Amino acid sequence: MDQLVQTLLFGLSNGFVIALIALGYTLVYGIIQLINFAHGEIYMMGSFMALTVITAAGVSWTDPLGTRLGVIALALVAAMLFAGAVNFTVDRIAYRRLRRAPRLAPLITAIGFSFVLQNIGIWWKGARPIQFPALLPPTNILTDWFGLDTNITLSIPMLFVMVVTIPLLIVMTWFIRNTRLGKAMRATAQDRDAAALMGIDVNRTISLTFLLGGLLAGAAGLINGLYNNQVVFNMGFFAGLMAFTAAVLGGIGNLTGAVLGGIFLGIVAALSDSYLQAQWTPAIVFAVLVLVIIFKPSGLLGEVVADRA
Amino acid sequence: MRRNSFRIPIFLIILALLLPMIAACGSAEENEGSGGGGSSPTQTSSSASPSTGGGSAEATKGTIKIYSSWPLTGSSQKLGQDMVNAVRMAIEDHNNGVAAGYKIEYIPLDDATAAQGTWDAGKEAENANSVVADPDAMVYIGTYNSGAAKISIPILNEAGMAMISPGNTYPGLTKDIEGVVEENEPDVYYPTGERTYCRVVPSDEIQGVAATWAKELGAEKVYVLHDTQLYGYGIAVVFEQTARELGLEVLGMEGIDYKASDYRALMTKIKGMDPDLIFFGGVTDTNAGKLVQDMRAVGMTDVMFMGPDGIFNDDFIRAAGPAAEGVYATFGGLPPSQLTGKGAEWYQRYKEKFNSEPDAYAVYAYEAASVVMQAIEKAGTKDRKAILDAIKSTKDFDGLLGTWSFTETCDTDSTKMSGNVVKDGKWEFVKQLGG
Repeated sequence: MDQLVQTLLFGLSNGFVIALIALGYTLVYGIIQLINFAHGEIYMMGSFMALTVITAAGVSWTDPLGTRLGVIALALVAAMLFAGAVNFTVDRIAYRRLRRAPRLAPLITAIGFSFVLQNIGIWWKGARPIQFPALLPPTNILTDWFGLDTNITLSIPMLFVMVVTIPLLIVMTWFIRNTRLGKAMRATAQDRDAAALMGIDVNRTISLTFLLGGLLAGAAGLINGLYNNQVVFNMGFFAGLMAFTAAVLGGIGNLTGAVLGGIFLGIVAALSDSYLQAQWTPAIVFAVLVLVIIFKPSGLLGEVVADRA
Repeated sequence: MRRNSFRIPIFLIILALLLPMIAACGSAEENEGSGGGGSSPTQTSSSASPSTGGGSAEATKGTIKIYSSWPLTGSSQKLGQDMVNAVRMAIEDHNNGVAAGYKIEYIPLDDATAAQGTWDAGKEAENANSVVADPDAMVYIGTYNSGAAKISIPILNEAGMAMISPGNTYPGLTKDIEGVVEENEPDVYYPTGERTYCRVVPSDEIQGVAATWAKELGAEKVYVLHDTQLYGYGIAVVFEQTARELGLEVLGMEGIDYKASDYRALMTKIKGMDPDLIFFGGVTDTNAGKLVQDMRAVGMTDVMFMGPDGIFNDDFIRAAGPAAEGVYATFGGLPPSQLTGKGAEWYQRYKEKFNSEPDAYAVYAYEAASVVMQAIEKAGTKDRKAILDAIKSTKDFDGLLGTWSFTETCDTDSTKMSGNVVKDGKWEFVKQLGG
């Protein structure tokens, strides 16, 4: 029983990180039907930026908690802005020219850009995995705060993942549902030409979407660093694949679906690690994807969208 | 290939600068085995060998090309670069890069792609095929990864070219050992029936002493993990078998997905079985650092963690951070800083020249290149078969790792192993294991 609860908790934490990345995928897909394969690398860039800020600040876990939290906040802002800027720039340099091109062209460009960004990553931080300083205390909340007598661990880094992720998700959903810019994004997603005729600056709206996706990926980069304590230049590839799977699982283009898909995948992976052999985990994750696509091609929460003329 | 396009010109410029110097050295046909010696670039030596007729250090007979193939991009970048440096040193140390009157040209190839982050089967095949097609190419030094060797050995075998590896430790490449190698190994790699592949590094079946060491350290219950790769899986099998023979209780053995970002759930399961030691057959690049972190994170602070030479590098400590403390690693051979005699002298020279610690495998790269230089000298002719035979007949080679010979399967007969532990953020030599 303990093992099951523990496994679910780990799965949940991992799922939230996947969900944050999946949101960026789904945002961009929703608006220009582009599967942005470079998105995983944007996430990597965010975590590298966070690591750079933390290294430059020179904090370690021996510093007082206040200092550490300050640096974490600073790193979060830096990572988000940087990743947002990178995503914005990639769109500006590469995808914007291909807006009217066949869908395959921007897709291949995205794959190309993911190589470019990976190599920038190698140049920046080297090729091997680097430890990300554990700035959050590994305190077990259940035993140390609530005095429960249990073997289950719910540590502060795990709680942090959820505490930071949930507000970000809520703000993002609110932004898209209730603001003018959000409305413009939805309009652009529905029909680009009609949106332009109504006076919406379509290019600016798309850029904004990339910026938002980048901000989320940057946040995921820092959160993953603090939780998983390791970064490497090619971490974006597999994380991106998982996030893409989560986005498709939830119904690509649907924000809530991406979050649910991410959490679902995190839990499936953890259960497989724990109760089956760990080497089968990717196979099981992608088998779940195949099953969902066979029986519900639009994803768990996806709506059937009429094909464009 | 992109990397080479700018590296080769620099190498050629260096060669061009060295040429007048070599020419000034006059006739110099040095005896075999000078590879490990500290001959400085300006040192002249005479004693022309009459048997090779017309051979002189003036490189009158033309050029012989030596290629190497291992990862130069991706996560093994530092290691690959150190190995290239070591090969360059070995060639230079032998008569300033002249053997049997031929100028030796060295071209390092990269068998990794940035997308994979590690070696790539297509790239390795491409390297081997391009080398075979080059009439000046006589020897192929490589590979680092055993999986890559599986691809290039048959290609070179068909061409009758010698391949010598400084890094492959998978036994099945040369030996048929029940339960460890596949059924048709190693013959499947040699379509012509003749052996064309040698290695200067001991193969993994001697890594079984890791289990002996684990027992000495007080482990009774062990859990074995591996990265599902040829190297990691092979080592894990050897460890598991030896552990059972020694009476240790093996709680389980399974592969991990080395691309995953988290192993806490897996470690929770293992924690429930209460092991004394976790053995990981894998390398730093297959996420050894994260495994150790997560093992500590779920509360297994007293459990020992042991791995093979693939985690015996500074990058592992960088990846695992404070969690690396107390991790054990075995290594086939001694770490560069523990070498004595010739090896110690080489270690000092390397550090002075490149201003960094050489990777443990750089020693083997140097050794392999030295064997090649000596063999070309001995063969005295630009002929793939003659050079191959000369390499295979290497006996009592006086190298950085002491004196050793190639066995019938063209493996080294050296079985020296070392046990190491991480202490205060550094690998520390604990003891010599095995022969």
